[in-house]
Amino acid sequence: MNDVVLQTRGLVKEFGGLRAVNSLDFTLRRGELRCVIGPNGAGKSTLFKLLTGQLKPTAGTIHFKGLDVTRLLPHEIARAGIGIKFQVPRVYDSLSVAENLWLSARSSHGTAGAGAIVDRVLAEVGLVERRASPVGHLSHGDRQWVEIGMVLTADPDLVLLDEPTAGMTHAEARRTADLVREINRRATLIVVEHDMDFVRNIAGYVTVLHRGAVLAEGTMDEIRANDVVRDIYLGKRPRARS
Amino acid sequence: MTAWALWAVAVVVVAALPAVLSLFQIVQLTVFMIYSLLALSLDLIWGFGGILSFGQAAFFGVGGYFYGIVGINSGSTTLALTAGVAGAAGLAALLGYFTFYGRVGAMYFAVITLTVTLILHQVMGTTADPRYAVGQARLGGYNGMTNIPSLALEAPGRAPLTLDPVQLFYVVGGLLLLVLALTRALVRSSFGRVLGAIREDELRTELLGYDPRWRKLVTFAISGGIAGLAGGLFAGWGNFMNPQVFSMFQSALVVIWVMVGGRGTLYGAVVGTLVVQSLTNYLGTASVTYTTVALGAVLVVIVLLFPRGLVPAIGGAVRRVSGRRPPAPEFAR
Repeated sequence: MNDVVLQTRGLVKEFGGLRAVNSLDFTLRRGELRCVIGPNGAGKSTLFKLLTGQLKPTAGTIHFKGLDVTRLLPHEIARAGIGIKFQVPRVYDSLSVAENLWLSARSSHGTAGAGAIVDRVLAEVGLVERRASPVGHLSHGDRQWVEIGMVLTADPDLVLLDEPTAGMTHAEARRTADLVREINRRATLIVVEHDMDFVRNIAGYVTVLHRGAVLAEGTMDEIRANDVVRDIYLGKRPRARS
Repeated sequence: MTAWALWAVAVVVVAALPAVLSLFQIVQLTVFMIYSLLALSLDLIWGFGGILSFGQAAFFGVGGYFYGIVGINSGSTTLALTAGVAGAAGLAALLGYFTFYGRVGAMYFAVITLTVTLILHQVMGTTADPRYAVGQARLGGYNGMTNIPSLALEAPGRAPLTLDPVQLFYVVGGLLLLVLALTRALVRSSFGRVLGAIREDELRTELLGYDPRWRKLVTFAISGGIAGLAGGLFAGWGNFMNPQVFSMFQSALVVIWVMVGGRGTLYGAVVGTLVVQSLTNYLGTASVTYTTVALGAVLVVIVLLFPRGLVPAIGGAVRRVSGRRPPAPEFAR
């Protein structure tokens, strides 16, 4: 029980009459690399919003590191150690690359140590030369790296990645897969991804969501062998659009 | 480097002006500098916090009335000015607490601040009856509060020295430069950089672990305090306050000063105020029949030609002439 880092029990989120998340029981162990897949409307985005405090659940609880975080505010959850990378990079376009990372470093490590961490992470994500450029001037791929860098800087216990390879080239996606494994050495990860090659490549444990609840869990091979999953998801649409 | 040179020039100019200007012009310039402080208070919360407040006139008025009430009753203008700053900052903090912690949207915030201002206008207008008095200070309704003491230099064990117009000019000029320097330091500080991040993307900043609510509250309270300082100085300058300071016109004027000068530049607040007020004075004396219409036309032209304001436009022109590239946006601006 001690190595359970995240647990949701009976998690429900209703929007009007619609149950986007329906009695979801989800358990994540420390150090896991979990891929969450599912067709559109399966509740993946809502789950991330619930986990980060952007939405409050209609019912159910979320425990993170043994702490009840169900009703905490987004900044409190972030402080508790959950970091998120959005599908469309959510970065400060008018600020420089270094300032973006500094903002993350100051929150997690305080003003004194922030500068050194920024320099280290700039090197890790390969943006040393662009450090003074406004993020809005960077390519889409580089903006993804800035946001990944912000997550790395904060050094959270749990990292949520929402489609990290969206809009990336094959080479960039491979580099991202390496980086995901690298982050996984330090943190527990949940990755929402539509790219099945990527999911197989990072070789995580897979949870299939359907209509707001867990449909199946297992390795990628087990999931592919699951007839129900194939029917609702893989069989009909090997690569669903995001 | 250039910034320090500009500051040195500003200090020299302020120091030298009384030698070249008439007394009337000095008195005029003093009130322009008081207005500049008011504009500066808006630029802090709007330009850097990203929160449009129509309530700066309210804090200005509250600062003025507090100065009047405390000044008339205690005789100490230092105490009165302190009360003006504290009263306005307190009102801003109270308003900010309910709006920021209640997660009121930006549009509603602007409307609420305007409403509070107009309510103060109405309420202060109904205080004409002599029984509306705080101690010796009669509020006076639309006739205003009179006999407000002029700002005086006070030292323990000595009789207070009431400032003459030139001395008041120096005190106000010194305070303006001081507040300008302090707000500049604030927006470039660690706190100011996070404030810039909140302005750019509040949710992102929250998800990095920052609580935006108290940061907005503190900024708004400081902004209110600066507006209160301006109000107190204004009451001490004119020895008079009336509810017109809470009017719709006054509220909009503060926004116009900042817009013309350039939002989010601090210097722009000062430049915008000086330009707009000088223009108003000129049009008023140059026997233009429709002063307000002419002023409005000029403002529309300025905003069309320089949508980001005069200071950014001047800065851009200087850079083009000198061929220097714009500085890297390391700081949130």
